[in-house]
Amino acid sequence: MNTRLLQIAAVVLALIAFNDAFYQVNESDQVIITQFGNPIGTPVTSPGMHFKLPFIQRANRFDKRFLEWDGNPNQVPTRDKRFIWVDTYARWRIVDPLKFFQRLRDERGAQSRLDDILDGEVRNAVARYDLIEIVRSTNRNPEDVPIEAGEERVILEQIKQGRRQIHHEILERAASRMSDLGIELLDIRLKRINYVEEVQKDVFARMIAERQRIAELFRSEGEGESARIRGERERELKRIQSEAYRTAEELRGKADAQATDIYAEAHGRDADFYAFTKSLETYEKSIDPKTFFILSTDSELLKFIQRPR
Amino acid sequence: MREDVIDFDRLGRRIPPVSPRLIGIVLAAIAVLAVLFSTFYQVQPEAVGVVMRFGKFVRTSEPGLHAKVPFVERVQKVPVQRQLKHEFGFRTEEAAVRTRYSESDFAAESVMLTGDLNVAVVEWIVQYRVSDPYKFLFKVRNLDDTFRAMTEAVMREVVGDRTVTEVLTVGRQEIETRVVEQLQALVTQYEMGVTVDQVVLQDVNPPDPVKPSWDAVNQAQQQRDRLINEARAEYNKVVPRAKGEAEQAILQAQGYALDRVNRAQGDSARFKSLYEAYRKAPEVTRRRMHLETMERVLPLVGGKLFLDKDAKGILPLFSFDKLQGTVPGVPRGGGDQ
Repeated sequence: MNTRLLQIAAVVLALIAFNDAFYQVNESDQVIITQFGNPIGTPVTSPGMHFKLPFIQRANRFDKRFLEWDGNPNQVPTRDKRFIWVDTYARWRIVDPLKFFQRLRDERGAQSRLDDILDGEVRNAVARYDLIEIVRSTNRNPEDVPIEAGEERVILEQIKQGRRQIHHEILERAASRMSDLGIELLDIRLKRINYVEEVQKDVFARMIAERQRIAELFRSEGEGESARIRGERERELKRIQSEAYRTAEELRGKADAQATDIYAEAHGRDADFYAFTKSLETYEKSIDPKTFFILSTDSELLKFIQRPR
Repeated sequence: MREDVIDFDRLGRRIPPVSPRLIGIVLAAIAVLAVLFSTFYQVQPEAVGVVMRFGKFVRTSEPGLHAKVPFVERVQKVPVQRQLKHEFGFRTEEAAVRTRYSESDFAAESVMLTGDLNVAVVEWIVQYRVSDPYKFLFKVRNLDDTFRAMTEAVMREVVGDRTVTEVLTVGRQEIETRVVEQLQALVTQYEMGVTVDQVVLQDVNPPDPVKPSWDAVNQAQQQRDRLINEARAEYNKVVPRAKGEAEQAILQAQGYALDRVNRAQGDSARFKSLYEAYRKAPEVTRRRMHLETMERVLPLVGGKLFLDKDAKGILPLFSFDKLQGTVPGVPRGGGDQ
């Protein structure tokens, strides 16, 4: 009975030992073997099943992948004394698990170290630059910037460094401080930038004022343009009417002259006879029943009333 | 209430005695089933299976039914064909004919600074696909959060280079393409194994407190257009008519000219003919014409008075209104008829 119990215990122990001797390394893992807390050998990075001494050695797993770091939103003043909320993120990975294990023990320790280093570097960088440098990344050709309603030409200020440069600067400074931690910093970026409440109010007020200015511009543009069109209408009207008048009068004048020429040419043959015939015509036209004639018997017509010859 | 009381004793007694043989068969069946389930696996048409042996990546499998070594190999399925989507500034709660959106505020995601240091509220979506299942699974931890953070950073970088007007109006298309470009570059750098398909801007607005003033600008713009249109309408109402009237005046003048010249030619022709005849016997013709005219004219005359050439001072004999009657156009002078 006793030996049987011992046998069972031995088998169970062997099973436990066997189970502890093998450990699985996943694609995303890297492992450091420690013996009584001391790291042994080189880190295991190839995935698959691996062997270690049971109980004596321990497998410490570290992630091989890019890991996240999400900064706390921070209220930071820029160089031009504007208070902004800055929210950052970074990507990093454990490149030297041994160093990492020695210096930071685990990811929790790493996160808090990253907090210290990255928050500080971000704060420094933001304080070193004007807000515009943090918001903008390139100097665009002013020609490419659409301009609204005859606004002034350069809306975008010129920048010297820009956001990308600042990212780069933070990355470089932070990475140099991390090299002895077994960490590689892949990237750090400003995720969000926002005005703090009080500044935001001012900015909104400015935006409103800007809009009002543009609205006024549109209105006066409309009034100006419509006045111009009305003026043009007036001018066109006068031009058309006067041109027509001129042409008409020219035509009339020419016709009158031509008629005069024709008459003169015809009547010139005998002006006296013309006067005579025209007078006769005029009599015929002007005499009507209301006319009262006083005729002297001496006249051409009546001279025969008194004497036949 | 008596029915609710369960009599465990009686329940227990009802279970029939089980032979060890039966237990053995059941266990064997379970074992076989477990092996079968662990051996065969199905990959959906939109996915790809990633097979790992003791955690080590060994192969990928295409859609269909596949077998693997049971218990030793594990499969993780990655939907490579499916288009994945992230929403920024809003969340679709239930996609349907009338899609419902979450009521919560995602302003932190959507409020951003523009290049002229104004503020815009930008909502957008990113569509992407898994292009490399291996990288997708093993290169980046917490891929979704990383991807979101990257997208926000890139969007802000692009918007930060543009004026608020550009962001809100004409620049949308360009922002979308620029974000896709930069995001794709970043995704490649981070070895995430995804491909960015497209970025689509949704609602892009000025911040709420500023909105009314933007509307005012729109209004002013329309007012401008209206004023200009009205002026044009007035112009169009008057000018073409004036053109027509001008043409009318010219045509009338042309008519006058024709009339005048033709008449002159007619008159002169007549005069010439008359003159030719007259020339042959001027004195007689002259007298005849005179007398003939008198003959036609005199009967028409209302009042006549023949007066000897020596008679003098007869004028006072006429009453005043009779004389007046001789003035044409005065209606009351008709007494001599």
